[in-house]
Amino acid sequence: MPEQGRRGRLKLLLGYAAGVGKTYKMLEEAQKLRQQGVDVVIGYFEPHSRKDTMSKTESLEMIPRRKLQYRGSVFEEMDAEAILRRHPAVCVVDEYAHTNVPGSERPKRWQDVEVLLENGINVLTNMNVQHIESLNDQIWQFTGVRVRETVPDWVIKQADEVVMVDLPPQALLNRLKRGVVYPPDKARQALDNFFKEPALVALRELALRQTAHEIDFRQETQQGERGSSGAFERQGETPVRVAESADRILIHVTADPSTAALIRRGRRVADFLNAACFAVCVLAEASLQDLSGREREALEKHLNFARNLQIETRVLQGDDMAKTLVDFARRQQVTQILLLRPKTRGWPLFGGNLVQQVARLAQEMQVTIVAERRRAS
Amino acid sequence: MPSELAGRRPDAEQLLRQVEAEEQLQHRGRLKVFLGYASGVGKSVHMLDEARRRKERGEDVIVGATQSKVSPEVDALLQNMEAVPLKTVNGVPVMDVEALLRRHPQVCVVDGLAYDNPPGSRHGKRWQDVEELLSHEISVIASVNLQHIEEYREQVGAITGKRVTETVPKDFLKFAEEIEMVDAPPEMALERTSDAPPHDGNTSAGSTLARQQGLSQLREMALLLAADVVDYQLENYLRGHGIEQLWGTHERILVWVTPHADGAPMIASGQRNADRFQGELFVASVAESDLTSAQQQTLNANLAHAKRAGAHVELLDGESRVHAVMHFAKSRGITQIFVGRAMRKSHWERILGNDLDRLIQAAEGIDIRIFPQ
Repeated sequence: MPEQGRRGRLKLLLGYAAGVGKTYKMLEEAQKLRQQGVDVVIGYFEPHSRKDTMSKTESLEMIPRRKLQYRGSVFEEMDAEAILRRHPAVCVVDEYAHTNVPGSERPKRWQDVEVLLENGINVLTNMNVQHIESLNDQIWQFTGVRVRETVPDWVIKQADEVVMVDLPPQALLNRLKRGVVYPPDKARQALDNFFKEPALVALRELALRQTAHEIDFRQETQQGERGSSGAFERQGETPVRVAESADRILIHVTADPSTAALIRRGRRVADFLNAACFAVCVLAEASLQDLSGREREALEKHLNFARNLQIETRVLQGDDMAKTLVDFARRQQVTQILLLRPKTRGWPLFGGNLVQQVARLAQEMQVTIVAERRRAS
Repeated sequence: MPSELAGRRPDAEQLLRQVEAEEQLQHRGRLKVFLGYASGVGKSVHMLDEARRRKERGEDVIVGATQSKVSPEVDALLQNMEAVPLKTVNGVPVMDVEALLRRHPQVCVVDGLAYDNPPGSRHGKRWQDVEELLSHEISVIASVNLQHIEEYREQVGAITGKRVTETVPKDFLKFAEEIEMVDAPPEMALERTSDAPPHDGNTSAGSTLARQQGLSQLREMALLLAADVVDYQLENYLRGHGIEQLWGTHERILVWVTPHADGAPMIASGQRNADRFQGELFVASVAESDLTSAQQQTLNANLAHAKRAGAHVELLDGESRVHAVMHFAKSRGITQIFVGRAMRKSHWERILGNDLDRLIQAAEGIDIRIFPQ
């Protein structure tokens, strides 16, 4: 039984597509726990009318879902408050990346899960690799699909354990054709989009590498923990790595729409290098309020996005963009500056473009020009 | 499509080889391998579960070989399967390939892929027996542990303190039609096995932690091995279908070294980044004719350094240096190019921009990281 005040443990099953068997595996584990006498309940379960999956819920207690009205339709969501009242030792939650219907207590299911964890309930959940925020651009390149339901990388890093649920794509496609995953009409549609073999193979490779990265990350944190009182220092709800490498990353934020991809890339680079990460925009004006509505909106959106990914943001004021950026980088001992590819070719005689200026000023740093990702033809 | 983007397109000869390979495959059984990172993660159970499901779907499945010791769980699954008994050669049990070929099932289950056969057997290794079954159009479901993959034996041995002698080459996995990673967190393996990584007899918290960490390392290694195999299959698929790959599923870093500056710091960073990103490292230079002996020495030192770092090293040729580098980068699916800032500057380059500016303009879809030099 969970002790008072102790945070629950989170175990995340990671798959690469619908139908690889995440829910099945999750329920199988729940059954095992029940047989061992653990108090386990189903907090949310998405049957997709798959027979063998449904049979796995047998004799497991299910917390009734909460019904919500939205625009004249009834939606069913996980009832976190009911689960808190019931307070089991372990709660099983399907589809970690799910977005709740407007009007719910919290916008995202992972935030509901966070509440359960805070109250000492252990959670077993699952999601697919394409919902990881920092992989969003790559996923779009493989599949042509812009995944909207994303989970920030730091949320996944909080899981105590990440386990890969693997299945070869050919086997998955066979399942799909046999109608195991979706009803026949939906299956045909699925086969045309996400479920193309090369896309599945690529997604699977990403999931394998992501799981390996998650293990690596946890090992390093564990090693850090032995030296000090803890490699995590809780700031509010979110863990911050103390034992950082010497790398420090600075992302240049502008109103350019490609900035979102730049921020994701920066986040990923910082994660893999175990580096601190800043996102900075430079204004000639005194404050964001002096900008035109559209530009301000875009900048605020990008800064907000960075903050959601746990990147420290700053708004700097300066007439010389390159100089302001590099001066800040130097003060913060930044080792790598990430910039978007310049839209115009710079002419060195006339001062050059931003990249050339930054590269000239930041002699001791690495300057990375991040390419826009485009779709394979 | 611009010609420089066509690097990944197969040429005629490649296509012909592809067609031949595919024709051969049509008369071959399909191989599926379950990969585990330590004993006790449940790969035999997974394998037999798959065998059972296929049997239920009406496929003719037979067990060709098991491991010498099996758990009660595995034993229970075996009870419901038809098997061709092992035969004995020089007192050692061996898979009976002749009997299996005579029986000729659709699918044959083979556990203990890495077992050595005794002298006087048909083949020296059990995986070679499997090759023969496959060539006779018998599909095989097999399972193997990371420690038995030849290329990983040393690394695994360093972690577990045990070096196995019976191995399977990594290539055998690469050519499998399907590989499935049996992943489970280390606690599970700890519960279920007694012969996994370092334990010194006592069960103190410290030794459990050490075992946990050892198992985590093995797990990470097995996931990356599976990813490599999957990457290889993806490239084959794309090449076979003439699809251009613009994106990388993993990082491929290219360090561009020149005869004009010391490349060591850049190569070291490339090595570290490739390692952190679980990626690959390439180092290339473009041939220049008018080198002084000092420049030649610098270049040689750079390339020697790259080889020591374990990079794929390439000396490129081309009228335009930027063009040569970009062509190479695209043909290898490079995701980042590392380049020094101290590019040679002529009078004209001061006015028109140098190689670096041109590289940035040309590098569509590839990150350029400029290094201090």
